[in-house]
Amino acid sequence: MYTQAMDTMGKDEAAKTVRSAEEMQLQERFDARIDAGDFIEAKDWMPEHYRKTLVRQISQHAHSEIVGMLPEGNWISRAPTLKRKAILLAKVQDEGGHGLYLYAAAETLGTSRDQLFEALHSGKAKYSSIFNYPTLTWADMGTIGWLVDGAAIMNQVPICRCSYAPYARAMIRICREESFHQRQGFEALLTMMTHGTQAQKDMVQDAVNRWWWPSIMMFGPPDDQSPNSAQSMRWGIKRVSNDELRQRFIDATVDQAKLLGVTLPDPDLKWNEDRQSHDFGAIDWSEFKRVLAGDGPCNRERLAARVKAWDDGAWVREAATAHANKQTLKEAA
Amino acid sequence: MQGSIQLKRDPAVQYLLRVGDTALILAQRLAEWCGHAPVLEEDIALANMALDLVGQSRALLTHAGTLEGAGHDEDQLAFLRDERDYFNATIAELPRGDFAFTVLRNLIVATWAKLLWERLQGSSDAEVSAIAGKAVKEARYHQQHAADWVVRLADGTAESRRRIDAALAELWRFGAELFESDAVDTAAHAAGLGPRFADLREPWLAEITAVFDEAGLAIPAESGFRSTGTRGVHSEHMGFILAEMQHLQRTYPGGVW
Amino acid sequence: MSTQTEWPLWEVFVRSKAGLDHKHCGSLHAADPKLAIQMARDVYTRRQEGVSIWVVRSDQIVASDPGDKAMYFDPAEDKVYRHPTFYELPKSLDHM
Repeated sequence: MYTQAMDTMGKDEAAKTVRSAEEMQLQERFDARIDAGDFIEAKDWMPEHYRKTLVRQISQHAHSEIVGMLPEGNWISRAPTLKRKAILLAKVQDEGGHGLYLYAAAETLGTSRDQLFEALHSGKAKYSSIFNYPTLTWADMGTIGWLVDGAAIMNQVPICRCSYAPYARAMIRICREESFHQRQGFEALLTMMTHGTQAQKDMVQDAVNRWWWPSIMMFGPPDDQSPNSAQSMRWGIKRVSNDELRQRFIDATVDQAKLLGVTLPDPDLKWNEDRQSHDFGAIDWSEFKRVLAGDGPCNRERLAARVKAWDDGAWVREAATAHANKQTLKEAA
Repeated sequence: MQGSIQLKRDPAVQYLLRVGDTALILAQRLAEWCGHAPVLEEDIALANMALDLVGQSRALLTHAGTLEGAGHDEDQLAFLRDERDYFNATIAELPRGDFAFTVLRNLIVATWAKLLWERLQGSSDAEVSAIAGKAVKEARYHQQHAADWVVRLADGTAESRRRIDAALAELWRFGAELFESDAVDTAAHAAGLGPRFADLREPWLAEITAVFDEAGLAIPAESGFRSTGTRGVHSEHMGFILAEMQHLQRTYPGGVW
Repeated sequence: MSTQTEWPLWEVFVRSKAGLDHKHCGSLHAADPKLAIQMARDVYTRRQEGVSIWVVRSDQIVASDPGDKAMYFDPAEDKVYRHPTFYELPKSLDHM
């Protein structure tokens, strides 16, 4: 899902440069290591294309985490109980931490966090489409935990075995912390659906109606429209295809929805006995493309918020650096 | 709409709410930084502090509700009181300002809180003593984080110095309230519940002076102004905080969350 | 964005329990050592009590060559990884 933009690009041409005999040999050894399921570490030789793809994917994952803090951060001050306030704060804080681990992993590949922020703030780098949707009610918090984090977990677990070790290690850390995110969201919804007032139940159903389709779009375009997926799978960066992940997610979620007592807003959703899976309705890929291209409900606001935080904070970062330099000079004197 | 609960004006309850509400409202302000901090690491640090403060307020509000004996739980107290029944110090409710304002306010409040929690460990109330045992460690960390940042910004660039100076000019006069004693804390002291606030002034000033010396900041002149949040009469900012914080509980009477 | 204003990178090692080794758990950006320790505590130990934290500036770490010489394509480097700020400024300019 962090390859959404890359998936929709044309086939990446970087793979086709002419190479020396030595480089071809290194490439063969690299491929053999990948095929054997070995891990690649930061200083190992790697094809330039592998390195670039990883920087893009890891950094877009990182950007998604920190942009994702915004739609949820909206509701911290309005959380309805102290317990929910604490849970939401902890969750949003985790997301900041996940972004940090991922930036750190990307930095092992020859880029810096400042460069990655520059790419995000200029609009060059993407983040997951889902965070361009507005959080309009408290039920959105539980729904995001249930559906959005659920989708993210489904995508993330296979990456814990990705070939690039710093990324895999970051993912293991993230998955360990992520387990509570989906559970708390589902539990919040279950509480409202089981013990809440009718107004609360209506709030939950309304949230599900708005978040369902964007959530299944998170997995990216269909496999036959993702020309770069195959290379990523070959490299062990991507382990499961978009369509397969999406199908797994839908199948898991249908039962959860029944437990909650909510209706998923897809009249074509039904069990297919032959496929042993759920059939589902047509996804509006034009909406997905539009949102990815910057024309969703909240793209401008999200980016503006991140740019503002960065710009407003410049004097702080400069002051800390200046102070550190002064200390160093004092110690050297 | 959900109406307000009526708070029993019991001195012990009010004393605990002064501490608990200050934590609650300060947490509310700190949490506003989520996603907007100058650097990702500070986003996490500020959220950590907000979480600590929410935890402290939950413990204190729950206990205050028990002492009050009117069946009010932590959420009813947190979300359904009238503005005049909140007893946080006014300094906690001031808008978060820039990063200099935030760290300086944190320094002022956390230093006070640390000294308070240290003494509350010896409270005659076992529950308060237990809460204090955990909270004092948190307050120590909050104070250290704030002090380090005040020094960094005061002795950083001309810009950061300008901002710390501006923050100090605005904040200092709200600190005095933290050391005002009245019938409430006098009663608490007499009962062995906790210290008189006035008794915290000297140690607080000593610690602040030490940090200011390192930062190259001067202690400002005393102002005659006294904010009165601890007595339930707040600044203009409190109404906005409560409107936001209380909104869902007020709008969904009987809601279960 | 100028690398001179970016906060340096630090590697973080945490001992989670007395008796265990410090384990490398990741990196972070901080302006000075005190900040690095504080941030490491906030970022890397907020779920469990870390008994001890070490932070080391990433460019201070000296690393061995990757094991297999034949895999080694880059010019000889002794730094942990390829961070751009490790290499751009000569030492004499570090404290400008």
